[in-house]
Amino acid sequence: MASTTRTAHPREKRIIFKNIDRPGWTNDIDCYLQDGGYEELKKAFAMKPQEIVNEVRASGLRGRGGAGFPCGVKWGFIRPGGAKPVYLICNADESEPGTFKDRYIIHQDPHQLVEGMIISCYAVNARLAYIYIRGEFPEGAKILERALAEAREHGFLGKNILGTGFDLEIYVFRGAGAYICGEETGLIESMEGKRPYPRIKPPYFPAVLGLYLCPTIVNNVETLCNVKYIVRIGGAEYAKIGKPNNTGTRVLCVSGDVQRPGYYEFEVGGLTMGELIYDICGGLKPGRTLKAVIPGGSSAKVLSVKDRYKIKSKQADGTMVETEIGLEDVPLDFDALAAAGSMAGSGGVIVMDDTREMVWALNNINEFYAHESCGQCTPCREGSLWMKKITERMLHGGGVERDTDTLKSVADNIAGRTICAFGEACAWPTQSFIDKFRDEFVATAGTKGNGNGSTNH
Amino acid sequence: MTMELPAELQTRIDEVITQYPVSKRSAALPLLHLIQEHTGYIEEDAITWVAAKLDLEPINVLELVTFYPMFRREPAGKHHIRVCRTLSCAMAGGYELLDTFCKHAGIQRQENGHGAHLFKSEDGKYSIEFVECLASCGFGPVCMIDDDFYEAVAQEEVPQLLEKYQ
Repeated sequence: MASTTRTAHPREKRIIFKNIDRPGWTNDIDCYLQDGGYEELKKAFAMKPQEIVNEVRASGLRGRGGAGFPCGVKWGFIRPGGAKPVYLICNADESEPGTFKDRYIIHQDPHQLVEGMIISCYAVNARLAYIYIRGEFPEGAKILERALAEAREHGFLGKNILGTGFDLEIYVFRGAGAYICGEETGLIESMEGKRPYPRIKPPYFPAVLGLYLCPTIVNNVETLCNVKYIVRIGGAEYAKIGKPNNTGTRVLCVSGDVQRPGYYEFEVGGLTMGELIYDICGGLKPGRTLKAVIPGGSSAKVLSVKDRYKIKSKQADGTMVETEIGLEDVPLDFDALAAAGSMAGSGGVIVMDDTREMVWALNNINEFYAHESCGQCTPCREGSLWMKKITERMLHGGGVERDTDTLKSVADNIAGRTICAFGEACAWPTQSFIDKFRDEFVATAGTKGNGNGSTNH
Repeated sequence: MTMELPAELQTRIDEVITQYPVSKRSAALPLLHLIQEHTGYIEEDAITWVAAKLDLEPINVLELVTFYPMFRREPAGKHHIRVCRTLSCAMAGGYELLDTFCKHAGIQRQENGHGAHLFKSEDGKYSIEFVECLASCGFGPVCMIDDDFYEAVAQEEVPQLLEKYQ
């Protein structure tokens, strides 16, 4: 079991991960306070809640959970002075395959999250908040509970925090192994003690009808940590980090066939896919070449090294110029990855070299989604399982020639026909793998199949 | 309600319920976790007990136990092993790691898919299951033994790892 301490790469800009693997750093409140911890909370309390919302809006901060929705806009949906109580939930259900950033924040720097949460609760006037942490992080749950107890002892939580008259309680809620709980309305159902079947939007937008049908803000761990930093330097200053509409830093989690996989924090758009793979992660293993990259967690569409991507970029004089570039030149920001036909998603970059079989890779992903579909909507419940069965028989014998088209048509009939975005999340891998690597699918079904459609293994 | 729980666990349960002042029902998952940590699995009696405690029908609790993968309706081994199955770990050797654990723990495992059935060693010391992404994809293959987490586990490290769990 290899060492878990890693040093930052010189090109990184560590803000959120500043204390991760920092020599001498411990996750208790004393260490955090010695480092200037909870100073931003005091600064925030000297501001009006609406001023904090305005700073977050000015910062351009986009949600780090996967959808990239502007945080300040989300907060703006909460109307001040409403009759119902407001709740805030931290989504710490990190479970998108390829993503492993929240784990390290929770384990090594829990007070950064707690401070960010208290500031955020004050901004949206939430008096009760929860951290929904996935069940598979038992140690993380204990660390957070201890951090919350320490914050309570120091008067940062409870009644009349620091004499401001603001009351707040935060509790930890543990999930129990279901990926769908990362979907915010499924998470809310789960917190209400039910099966996590996502709710239909409209009308159940969490900011309007969330937990207990009250206005609720659900934010990712990394997003809430950014709030603390925005309070420190101000929204305008924060917006200078990264690129317009893609501000701040992003923690990228790299896994797969690179020499130095791991977590890295950069200014958003500060480097290209090729720089990430070759300069930061040490390139591919000896003798191998790049084949494909899934850029934002397993539900993001796969990108092939053989394709060209048309990216529009804004010039200094304000005009838009379209350039055609290869995968290695795609900048790693929200807009460029969307323009390339995929998404920045959760920041989980999965790199695959020329030895990887695409049918095998997709089958692995399909098994994940078949297992994790909540079963509420028929296209997703049935379709995710069909897709898994088809890729499995392609791999293990029993594939038939028309399987590639059948597979594609199943995926096409899920996306857009479900209550939540899981439908797209499970369809996009299949659609994109076939789009980029059709020949490989046809060949695999043809050579490994026995042509009778049975699963023969 | 034949289930007997120790007084300190009952106190903890009552304390946890207070964390959900709006709806006791929210405490259903937390209570199931506490009971599974105590008993090792969720018995029929536990379902009726939790339901009565939270003013719910037993079906409201049963449907949670059958949905959420972490809840078990049968005892696991003395030590429970979870190996990540998902893409990045599979690329790093997750399937081979599972096989190696089975071999050294004395577990006969018929297939690699998901299912309700837990595979256990004959002496009951170990049980194993494949789980989906444990969120440490850069350092695969990863696994958990009980509540302990291990990254970048080499197959040859498996025997010494199992030694720690007697």
